[in-house]
Amino acid sequence: MGDVFRKLGSLAISGVWQLGFIARFFVLILRYSGQSFMRLHLTIRELYFSGVLSLLIILVSGLFVGLVLGLQGYEILQRYGSSEAMGTMVALSLLRELGPVVAGLLFASRAGSAVTAEIGLMKVTEQLKAMDMMAVNPIARVVAPRFWGGVVSMPLLAALFSTMGIFGGWLIGVVFIGVDDGAFWSQMRAAVDFRYDVLNGVFKSAVFGVAVALIAVFEGYDCVPTAEGVSRAITRTVVSSALAILALDFVMTSFMFRGL
Amino acid sequence: MSEPLVRLENVRFAYGERMILRDISLSIPRGQVVAIMGGSGCGKTTLLRLIGGQERAVGGRVLVDGQDVGGLDREDLYALRRRMGMLFQFGALFTDMTVFDNVAFPLREHTDLSPELINDLVLMKLHAVGLRGAAQLRPGELSGGMARRVALARTIALDPMLLMYDEPFTGLDPISLGVIGQLIRRLNNALGASSLIVTHDIQESLQIVDYIYFISEGRVVAEGTPDEIRNTSDPFVHQFVHAEADGPVPFHYPAGDYATALVGGAG
Repeated sequence: MGDVFRKLGSLAISGVWQLGFIARFFVLILRYSGQSFMRLHLTIRELYFSGVLSLLIILVSGLFVGLVLGLQGYEILQRYGSSEAMGTMVALSLLRELGPVVAGLLFASRAGSAVTAEIGLMKVTEQLKAMDMMAVNPIARVVAPRFWGGVVSMPLLAALFSTMGIFGGWLIGVVFIGVDDGAFWSQMRAAVDFRYDVLNGVFKSAVFGVAVALIAVFEGYDCVPTAEGVSRAITRTVVSSALAILALDFVMTSFMFRGL
Repeated sequence: MSEPLVRLENVRFAYGERMILRDISLSIPRGQVVAIMGGSGCGKTTLLRLIGGQERAVGGRVLVDGQDVGGLDREDLYALRRRMGMLFQFGALFTDMTVFDNVAFPLREHTDLSPELINDLVLMKLHAVGLRGAAQLRPGELSGGMARRVALARTIALDPMLLMYDEPFTGLDPISLGVIGQLIRRLNNALGASSLIVTHDIQESLQIVDYIYFISEGRVVAEGTPDEIRNTSDPFVHQFVHAEADGPVPFHYPAGDYATALVGGAG
């Protein structure tokens, strides 16, 4: 029995330590970001790697999520004779929840894992140490650009995800099933509020962007410099990012949407 | 004689409870190539990390060009490191850049030279290590010996006053090994720098260095010029120079009585 408590206690303590390390690392990134923005091409390059190269999976997933939402939504809504509300349903579920969350999860597994692997392998091959010995700060040169690349890409990708999803819902509803085109769009426009729905969604995805990018660069920088260490770090990036996204989403939703 | 470039005074260092360096005093005179030798895991690499300021000594002082490395803040440490070059064991080249960009990296980071001038400087450094023709290759396309030469070119990019080499001969064929050895000596003389080589390759070192320190169990156990080392009667150095399996450095990891262990069934 005492053993269980001891284990729980040590888990809690190491968890708090870890949070402290991440927070300190975050402060360091912010502190050296100015230096890294002096060489803007580094951040632009990371935008390309994290953002542009994630486009395919984000767009395709967005489309399919929209198609499925359309099918399921129509099936339920037509029972109540309100299949024209399909546009509203698809748009609201994507903009408020599915866009930021699913895009965030995909982003963590596509771009976050890649960033962790890259930084981790640079650590294994002593590239970070070599840089430090050349009086070049690896946090400014390697970590900060990757962090900001992720932070900027994430909301853009989530917006594209939602757009593709709405397009998918329209394809199913209007083109295949024959819901009235005008009703689909006008109901959506009437029901979706820019500040309440769209901006809240963008805010969410921006927070997820910070969380995923921070976890990814931290795990890479902090990994044990061996093959096994890097593989564990990548796994941790994906798992912790997913958990962080879900937890943050719940907290933010409970503050943002209180139509009770 | 002028003040040595690097001086270690009674340096002690430990990783947590594990004592690595107990009491090390040594110096690297200006213009000389000095080797530090000892078995694997005796704290040689830690010495380099102390001089480069990547670790701080628990006791004693590490002086580089008159500055106490352990007492410097990050900015001063970086200013000092700009005048040091360190060659890592496997080169540590940046794998996302070409050979050219690797060598240009310190120049681009620390100077405002024009692209034309950087181009010329990089080609000169690469020419010095015989790899001007490989400028556009990627690190993945290089052999181990070539990668180390590129790393050497990068190390000397800013014409440092102190060059440090971490096991520069490990894993090289005899030709590459000789090439690296000669380069270390020639570059040291050409740059007017001082060099510190951490290695366990005794034969190569005896040919190119001015002075050798032997470290064992965190202490300097022997030292001397190559000639003194060749003719010494010190049992440790004798074992090292002649590569004997047993001697002052025992073959067996410390263990209990062998017969008791076999009969008793427990190590």
